[in-house]
Amino acid sequence: MSLANQIVNLLAALLLLIAFAMLSQRRILTLIKLLAWQGGALAASTAIVAYSTGQPHLYFSAGLTVALKVGLIPWVLHRLIDRLNVRWDIETLINIPATMLIGIGLVIFAFALATPISQMASVFTRSTLGIALASVLLSFLMMIVRRKAVPQVIGFLAMENGLFFAATSATYGMPLVVELGVALDVLVGTFIFGIFFFHIREQFDSLDIRHMEKLKQD
Amino acid sequence: MEITLVLGVPLIGGLLLALTGHKRYAAELNALMSLATFVAAALLTGRVIADGPMTALHEQLFIDPFNVFLVALTALVAFTTALFSRPYMRIEQHHGRLNAARLRLYHSMYQLFTFMMLLCLLSNNVGVLWVAMEGATLTTVLLVSLYRTPASIEAAWKYFILCSVGIAQALFGTILLYFAAERVLGPGGTALLWTHLYAVRHQLEPTVVSLAFVFLLLGFGTKVGLVPLHNWLPDAHAEGPTPISAVLSGLLLNVALYAVVRSKVLVDGALGRNFSGDLMMGFGLLSLVVAAFFLSRQKDIKRMFAYSSIEHMGIVTFAFGMGGPVAAFAGLLHMTVHSLTKSAIFFTVGHASQKTGTQNMADIRGLIEQSPTIGWGLVLGSLAILGMPPFGVFTSEFMVLTTAMHEHPWATPFLLVALGVAFAAIFGKVQPMVFGETTARRLPHPPALVPVFLHLALVLLLGLYIPPYLVEWYRQAAAFIG
Repeated sequence: MSLANQIVNLLAALLLLIAFAMLSQRRILTLIKLLAWQGGALAASTAIVAYSTGQPHLYFSAGLTVALKVGLIPWVLHRLIDRLNVRWDIETLINIPATMLIGIGLVIFAFALATPISQMASVFTRSTLGIALASVLLSFLMMIVRRKAVPQVIGFLAMENGLFFAATSATYGMPLVVELGVALDVLVGTFIFGIFFFHIREQFDSLDIRHMEKLKQD
Repeated sequence: MEITLVLGVPLIGGLLLALTGHKRYAAELNALMSLATFVAAALLTGRVIADGPMTALHEQLFIDPFNVFLVALTALVAFTTALFSRPYMRIEQHHGRLNAARLRLYHSMYQLFTFMMLLCLLSNNVGVLWVAMEGATLTTVLLVSLYRTPASIEAAWKYFILCSVGIAQALFGTILLYFAAERVLGPGGTALLWTHLYAVRHQLEPTVVSLAFVFLLLGFGTKVGLVPLHNWLPDAHAEGPTPISAVLSGLLLNVALYAVVRSKVLVDGALGRNFSGDLMMGFGLLSLVVAAFFLSRQKDIKRMFAYSSIEHMGIVTFAFGMGGPVAAFAGLLHMTVHSLTKSAIFFTVGHASQKTGTQNMADIRGLIEQSPTIGWGLVLGSLAILGMPPFGVFTSEFMVLTTAMHEHPWATPFLLVALGVAFAAIFGKVQPMVFGETTARRLPHPPALVPVFLHLALVLLLGLYIPPYLVEWYRQAAAFIG
């Protein structure tokens, strides 16, 4: 195993660890910090893959990740939190130890699903695809168990991080036009989420999704 | 050239309408841009009839018999819906439900939404298709919450979260597909192009491709509204403005299904067995049966027809899942007639609820007495969507049913029961709404009735006689889908 390879694996482990940390975190400000750190790990691993495979467009992708996911999006979320004045602790639907146990189950499931693929992957991608899938599923779980609008959005962004990690580390990056398009969609999506926070609070006087249960399923 | 025009016109239209702000003529400008898009699509169709399939812009865009008729259909329904939205949105403004700033957002996003759907259809790149599909969600999410009522904001939030999460699964599927294709086609741009993927589909790694298909089906299936991923659909249809319900139901669901079918063709080539077909048949049948039973429980007229859309998407998914030339032909025909009929129904439903001031079916009574055209439009539209001969829906449903009896007899009772239940539910609810004592009032602007009867006439025509070039396309596309 080359050094670059080991570093990518280390960063992959870090990504998964941050996903678990988000799952157990109750404070919104810390969640945003964790999201920025996750973006940082993603950018670093992209840059290392770019260096060791010599694909120049991955450097661009790493730069874009730093600008958007470490810089702009956490900053926008921070501003929104300040404007909306929501710093409360988050309540979860299921208590945190139980969530963590479900999370571990999801990781095992993700690895089992990715094993047949990992076996035919190159050395680089052997463990990364499983980790990417695991962090996507963990973010999914986070979106399900959180009741407030802001953590749901953070879960969505963390899911995009996992997907980007799959794209850059497992397949050496998608074509540039696709990466740019996805980045644009995430950016526009974040702004729309921001607009929504204000609408929701205006209408419901709270960012608690529980108030939004008028449209019952029937 | 024509391809660029088809995409360029709505894009420019969207920017223009956003920049100029809401003017008195914005609705006319919106309709005019949609007309220009439709003319461009007609020119493109003419080119394809003359020259056959082609690619453009360094192979990033392409057109073949499968997507050409969907492009024409999308441009047509987008144009007629723009015609309908002109008086409809005026009346909404008159009733004080909307102001100028929101109408500006509405018109601009309407054009951009058309652009995103056409880009989905025309893109040769799976990744760009994904980006455009997410773009279509983003452009409509603020339209669903256009009225800013608590219910509409809730519906839009649900739509946004569920579709974003769903479509994220499709992105993972796309990444896996690229992972498999890259080994055969080498890294770089070509490994995500449909045309190149189809050329090498027999060499793709089966395990990766089958896993990729599961993710793609879940992701795009969320946008098709397949049960159990359909939760966003009735809410988004009921709470948004009616022209948006019409294009969501008539066009967006088709476009998402198009993406599923494209992936299916790829997977069938790689696997050599009917793995994808079985999955699609299962999801299709489940959607059909569940939606049919939910129909009778609805109180809101737009929610009821939203469930009917889920039901029909179930039929189409089932038809493509069965595969074979006849079923695929029926699926394509059903996509066309459902799109035309359902948008016509939403047009009449929109005016009907404006006339009575409610979407609650119990309060809508005697439409025919006050305005015969809207009432009869609703009756005819409902009969058409329920598969009464001689409308086109009957033809396609009949083909699906006979193929199912022949090849998958176990599915026949489910199909028949679901269709019967749907008939009883919809007909039983539409009848008291149109006959009897009226509760309707006069509208401040004359309603748009040309689009309704144009659509219904086309559906009737397709039931009686399908033009030969259309048959030829359906045949070629059906042969391609297999």
